[in-house]
Amino acid sequence: MRWIAVWRRNFLVWRKLFAAAVLTNLADPLIMLFGLGYGLGALMPAVEGMSYISFFAAGQLCTATMYTASFESMFSGFSRMHGQKTWDAILYAPLVIDDIVAGEIIWAASKAWLTGSTILGIVLVFGLAASPLVLLALPAAFLVGLAFSSVGLIMTVLARNWDFFSFYMTLVMTPMMMISGVFFPAEQLPEPLLSVAKALPLYHGVALVRPMMAGEVPQHAAAHVAVLLGYAAGGYLLAIRFARKRFSE
Amino acid sequence: MTVLEVRALRKSFGALEVVRGVDLAVAPGECFGLLGPNGAGKTTTLRLCLGLIAPDAGDIELLGEPVPRRAREARLRIGVVPQSDNLDPDFTVAENLLVYGRYFGLPPREVRARTGPLLEFAGLTGREGAKINTLSGGMKRRLTLARALVNDPQVLFLDEPTTGLDPQARHLIWERMRRLTMQGKTLILTTHFMEEAERLCQRLAIMDHGRIIASGSPRELIAQHIEPQVVEAHGPGVEAWMERAKGVAARVERVGDTVFCYSENSKPLLKSLEGQDELGYLHRPASLEDVFLKLTGRDLRD
Repeated sequence: MRWIAVWRRNFLVWRKLFAAAVLTNLADPLIMLFGLGYGLGALMPAVEGMSYISFFAAGQLCTATMYTASFESMFSGFSRMHGQKTWDAILYAPLVIDDIVAGEIIWAASKAWLTGSTILGIVLVFGLAASPLVLLALPAAFLVGLAFSSVGLIMTVLARNWDFFSFYMTLVMTPMMMISGVFFPAEQLPEPLLSVAKALPLYHGVALVRPMMAGEVPQHAAAHVAVLLGYAAGGYLLAIRFARKRFSE
Repeated sequence: MTVLEVRALRKSFGALEVVRGVDLAVAPGECFGLLGPNGAGKTTTLRLCLGLIAPDAGDIELLGEPVPRRAREARLRIGVVPQSDNLDPDFTVAENLLVYGRYFGLPPREVRARTGPLLEFAGLTGREGAKINTLSGGMKRRLTLARALVNDPQVLFLDEPTTGLDPQARHLIWERMRRLTMQGKTLILTTHFMEEAERLCQRLAIMDHGRIIASGSPRELIAQHIEPQVVEAHGPGVEAWMERAKGVAARVERVGDTVFCYSENSKPLLKSLEGQDELGYLHRPASLEDVFLKLTGRDLRD
């Protein structure tokens, strides 16, 4: 449990910059949610039996969680590791690189969870959810956060400079967002796009959260959870492996 | 009982062997200096001793713990002052200590109780709430020293602790380091400032190209490796004088426009300078720097 000291370090920074952090974290996804949800939603009939804004809210909850997790683990993480040399300082103390990796991943997932749960709060306030079952999106959002924090941290420990992250964001995250059922049902995608989407974590996050929004228990929930956990665990192990290599040089 | 014992230590990075068979032993309470030009392998040796990187061969025992296997346990009782400051820029002075103490499992109450005395030691009283980027280079170094003491360590590793500091700041760090040895702490430092090593260290090892090439107390090293008297001269006609000096000095070296003469007895050398009004000269006892330059050569290291 030594990772907690790393988590608490990041938490303390966040608490000091609370207002700015929350605002920048939430402004974007909420503008998207209401802009697209009401704007585009007015033109559309119900999608999968729900209003477009409810449909989109499920996707947006997962996307915003993904972005927070990725930004925190990549940009903030890289700044702590590379620019500020915070990780080096921590390693003189009785911690090892594995503790730092775990602390960073769980921290980024926690911050992402906060983004997801705030969006969920908005969903509840605006009555976009059909039943309290939607509260199950809270653990789901944490899982999505964990999956993307782990993958993001792999990028961080491999990165030699900031440009490295643009490749991941442009070539992986943006297309993933388009095919994972965020804006429209992924099932209407042609093959092999649907299979690609199903191999990626965001699709499974959306597949978990959207039925909850409609007041239903998600089908194949165990499979979706398993994929997200798989990304989280696999990402964690790979991130540790690459981090150990980087810090042994 | 030794604080640090290193035997036949080796480490390569790729094809480059940076540490090539190093043996060291540091006794409790002493200030031990590892000297060497840039790239000699000092920092790598330190990182190996702390268990931050794994050796290719050799044994390390730090405070009775085998390293790197139980380096984490050893580091509980160790403080580190790194070469470049890596204070946490997101925090104030006091928060830096608080957060760092947490890495050692220290409760905030305990760190808060230590903050006052630590900042006093570092000459930073009243700066608790200051942001890191408002501190001068010397203040940052002192805070880094205070941070390294947050866990009340038995042993302090300092990697070039005064590089980049002005003379005032340097003297203050030296004074604090002496206080720490008086408190019974063991200090292990790397440096390429001979004055620093000569003033602070009871024992030294000179390292070059990954090996220890000499060790002992500063006086022993000077007595063993170099003649006690040095005369340096420069100015027009120094070449002609150098030829004469060769006859009366044990060793003569020319570096740029300066001639260095080493000898047991400087009287003949000084006599030969009489009437050479255009030559500037300096007569001084041999120092550690002379030993260092003799052993590691005068070539530039990058």
